[in-house]
Amino acid sequence: MTAGIRAATDELQDVLRKFGKNRTDLLPILVEINRYFGHIDSNSIIEVSRYTGVPIGEIHGVITFYSFLGQKKRGRFVIRLCRTISCDMAGKDQIVRVLEKELGICFGETTDDGMFSLEYTNCIGMCNNPPAMLINDKAYGGLTPERVVEILDSFKLSEYQDMFGYGGVE
Amino acid sequence: MKNEKKKILFGEFVTGAALTRALEMGPEAVVTEVKASNLRGRGGAGFPTGLKWELTAKQESDEKFVICNADEGEPGTFKDRLLLMEQPEKVLEGMAIAGVAIGAKQGFIYLRGEYVYLKKELEEAISSMEDRGFLGSRINGGDFSFSVEIRLGAGAYVCGEEFALISSMNGYRGEPRNKPPYPSEAGYRDKPTVVNNVETLCYIPYIVTKGAQWFKEHGTRASTGTKLFSVSGDVKHPGVYELELGITVNQLLAEVGGEGAKSVQVGGASGLNVAEKDFDQPICFEGLPPGGSIIVFGHQRDMLHVLKNFMEFFVEESCGQCTPCREGNYRLLEGVRMLEKGECSVRYLKELEALCDVMKDSSKCGLGQTSPNAFLSIVENFKTEILYR
Amino acid sequence: MSEMISVRIDDISCEVEKGTTILQACKSAGLRIPTLCYHPDLEVAGICRICVVEVEGMSGLQAACAFPIRQPITVRTNSPRIRRARRVNLDLILSEHYGDCYTCVRNGSCELQALAREYGVDRYRYPSTTAPKFRIDRSTAIVRDQNKCISCKRCIRTCIDLQQVSALETANRGHDVLIQTAFDKPISEVVCINCGQCINRCPTGALRSNMPNELLWHVIDDPEKHVIIQTAPSPRAAIGEEFGYEPGTSVTGKLNAALRRLGFDNVFDTNFAADLTIMEEGTELLTRLKKVLVDGDSSVRVPMFTSCSPGWVKYVEHYYPEYLDYLSTCKSPQQMFGALLKTYYAKKTGIDPEKMVVVALMPCVAKKFECNRPEMSDSGYKDVDFGLTTREMAVMIKEAGIHLKDMPDEDFDHPLGLGSGAGLIFGATGGVMEAAIRSVYEIVTGRPVPFKGLDVTPVRGMEGIRDAALTIENPLPEYQWLDGVTLKVAVAHGTANAKILMEKLKEGRLDYHFIEVMACPGGCLGGGGQPIPTSPEIRAARARAIYSEDHELTVRKSHENPEINQLYAEFLGKPLGQLSHKLLHTRYTPRGRFFTEGF
Repeated sequence: MTAGIRAATDELQDVLRKFGKNRTDLLPILVEINRYFGHIDSNSIIEVSRYTGVPIGEIHGVITFYSFLGQKKRGRFVIRLCRTISCDMAGKDQIVRVLEKELGICFGETTDDGMFSLEYTNCIGMCNNPPAMLINDKAYGGLTPERVVEILDSFKLSEYQDMFGYGGVE
Repeated sequence: MKNEKKKILFGEFVTGAALTRALEMGPEAVVTEVKASNLRGRGGAGFPTGLKWELTAKQESDEKFVICNADEGEPGTFKDRLLLMEQPEKVLEGMAIAGVAIGAKQGFIYLRGEYVYLKKELEEAISSMEDRGFLGSRINGGDFSFSVEIRLGAGAYVCGEEFALISSMNGYRGEPRNKPPYPSEAGYRDKPTVVNNVETLCYIPYIVTKGAQWFKEHGTRASTGTKLFSVSGDVKHPGVYELELGITVNQLLAEVGGEGAKSVQVGGASGLNVAEKDFDQPICFEGLPPGGSIIVFGHQRDMLHVLKNFMEFFVEESCGQCTPCREGNYRLLEGVRMLEKGECSVRYLKELEALCDVMKDSSKCGLGQTSPNAFLSIVENFKTEILYR
Repeated sequence: MSEMISVRIDDISCEVEKGTTILQACKSAGLRIPTLCYHPDLEVAGICRICVVEVEGMSGLQAACAFPIRQPITVRTNSPRIRRARRVNLDLILSEHYGDCYTCVRNGSCELQALAREYGVDRYRYPSTTAPKFRIDRSTAIVRDQNKCISCKRCIRTCIDLQQVSALETANRGHDVLIQTAFDKPISEVVCINCGQCINRCPTGALRSNMPNELLWHVIDDPEKHVIIQTAPSPRAAIGEEFGYEPGTSVTGKLNAALRRLGFDNVFDTNFAADLTIMEEGTELLTRLKKVLVDGDSSVRVPMFTSCSPGWVKYVEHYYPEYLDYLSTCKSPQQMFGALLKTYYAKKTGIDPEKMVVVALMPCVAKKFECNRPEMSDSGYKDVDFGLTTREMAVMIKEAGIHLKDMPDEDFDHPLGLGSGAGLIFGATGGVMEAAIRSVYEIVTGRPVPFKGLDVTPVRGMEGIRDAALTIENPLPEYQWLDGVTLKVAVAHGTANAKILMEKLKEGRLDYHFIEVMACPGGCLGGGGQPIPTSPEIRAARARAIYSEDHELTVRKSHENPEINQLYAEFLGKPLGQLSHKLLHTRYTPRGRFFTEGF
């Protein structure tokens, strides 16, 4: 076992220890692991099963139910573009093209440097300021091609201070 | 953001006054007052709030729970986000009063994963209210204690359905379960639980302080009070509006700068598409669905494209348990794709309309029962546009 | 007595107990409601929406299976609205279900097919699936064809709730929902105990057993091969259901005749090996007890658990590997028999064991896995070549054109063809325990068990967990150490019940000497290879058949079986002797708790 994996396992145990072991703790545990590691891998599922006693199949069933929980490793920044009607009518398709062109990946993919993942999401409640997207925990509305590039640059240029912190609305 | 017509919810508010009043009144009087107000749930289903509380209050149990349903996911709604951002203390106070009414010590806010950025502010609001003695143990120095925790959703529209929300909080896939038993009998951890929408809870402090009679002066006889409308689409002033229930589509369009619309989606993707000829219809429980989502379509919009967007949403967001919803929405989407290519016969379109009726009639929960609304109403309103492409 | 509620269903007025579902009420009123996701053994799901009915005052249609009657209601079960909803929902399911009926093992016993016939389906209303989307997944025992899955979740509720094995899961959401193995791994790599209970409850052919029929025909048709079949008691009490007999009709004699006509060279009775198991296991129990009670040997484990159910054995190997020492080392009767056939019987008859093919007719899907375990070759050959289920045998009999009902009654071949009543009742939950008690008590005290007609009723029945206590008084001189000892025994069936006992064992709160566990609800008679459908009533009828056959037999105690005594005299020597140890006992393999390999 490499040092890196060892450290990840310890971190996982630290995350688990914050929660109870009841079935009602399952979703909060999974949400937290997903936030912390960006995804929930098989090893984490097994550890959660050991911790809570919930069989791995059921945990996997819960993970695959929720669109924000994933088993696939995502980028450091997950861009979730809203594709529901108000954003769609406000020019979502143009934003799709800009994001794909600027990042050089298609939706469903992650950049080679592991920085960005592109995903669609359903209505994020930003319909009054469309088109809109979430980047990790932060919502961005009123997107234009220029603004999208600005936002992406701000992530590329600065060391994004608080990857796991809570964002806000811009 | 334009928030005109601040009638009730964005009006003046002093934290704690209503809770103090509720504690003086006692549980039964609070339930009676809320029942008398005829307040109906603002999440979409419109179940009478007072009755829900009464049923939960009647249950004997060592533990009961209040859950604030902040899983606002209906396409086109964002009013709960605004309330949580701007009026968190009002929401929390509404929860505490619900706690008084039903005898619960613990509340949860089930916050949709998309709104995770509100978590920090909500937690701050909770601890600030605890510091001021409005939440926590021995509120106002009396025997009543009530604390609130936040639970995050993780991206599932169906969890806004209260049975699905409870399954989710109980650690399962967010699948609606069979009823009865109702949450008032067996909800979170199988204990009696009341689940109320964010907006519903925000009316509570006003009803408690100003009285049911005052509340009933707003709205219509069957739909008392005002209502928040999230307005988006082809309008000059998108935003949240607080308007009287019973307002017509025309009046609403005039308020928001949406005159000359081709059609309006009232109640979100699960609501109804209303064409110009019906703009004089009122929005209320006895009229057009008052879910709160208003999406306005201008004349340039392709209604089949709109319908496709809605059906894609439902195919993905159905929990996938029951046949009519899992397979039905998929068949409707498939039908839309056939229509796009001009491959759908009139006969098959009729078949799909019959399918819609069966979905409404036999789906297990509100999602499947309402998801065909958009299909039926758009096809009815724009049959020529859709069929002869 | 609970509250009675008056209900009006169509033109019938009746009173039902509060909480009765509409479906139950209809059934007791003699009305048939079509169902698909409903199964009497399982938690109600209410998801197929086939059983919908109208309830006066409620806006939508209600699922009859999921609607408990709590106040007086008026129900309609037949109206244009109801028929249309049922038909459309059925059409939706049919359009997603891929696979044609001719090539399906469930042709004729498929619930979806039956519903389609009932509703006069003569076309696909919606575009139907025209190509398979999934590859077929097979293990030694089980075959999964997701193309035929209709997401009714009966298998999920069986695996997760009823059996608590959790090899299966519901994955994804919306139209992408899949019923799959945990992590979508091949079924051979997940924690599946091969109990096959999911197969018995699958309404379609999405789950089935791995049929060896073609291979088996091949060896039967080969004149060089000497093909022997041993039949377990449960198939004999159930295979008649495949030929039009009522559940609970034992057809042992006719089956023997059919098997000979089919081409088997010998037909033996697994009950013989069951008696042998009692001799070995009973002796093992007494040895363990003596070591614990007299010698104070802390390395010996008590309670001792039975080991004849291969599903149960694999369950322990996966979930409680640290408790494998508690299992009896005895092989199952099937495997004991195989080992003896290829040694003792081969020697006695001069048949070359190389050319001998041993087939076991079993109620069980897990027996296929068991006979393929690498350690099951103590005879020097694969002890049992084929594990064949009751359903699979029914297919072969039909294929051979044999009319079971017209067969004469024929006996088993001898020796190795005599089984006692004690061996016979192995088929029902509690049977192994009863057989053991009948012999052990008598061996220890010299007197028959103190139960009327030898029926050890406390261990019978269908309660999930049952227990009994028997105090030993005035034992024979060599068992003086048991004088005054109260033997405590328990019986569990279904792994969910077994789990309750194992958790108690873990906590050190399991105060028994001997425990019988069968993986399948009802015991072997409810096995995963038995005729479909299954229900509590059907299993009870099969149990009655087994217990009444026991009463008709002259030899009802294992230790009084003359052929067993002959076997010990001629070959094995004594129970737990050296040869017994080599041929009749085994060891177990700790397996992964999450997957078969690793972790």
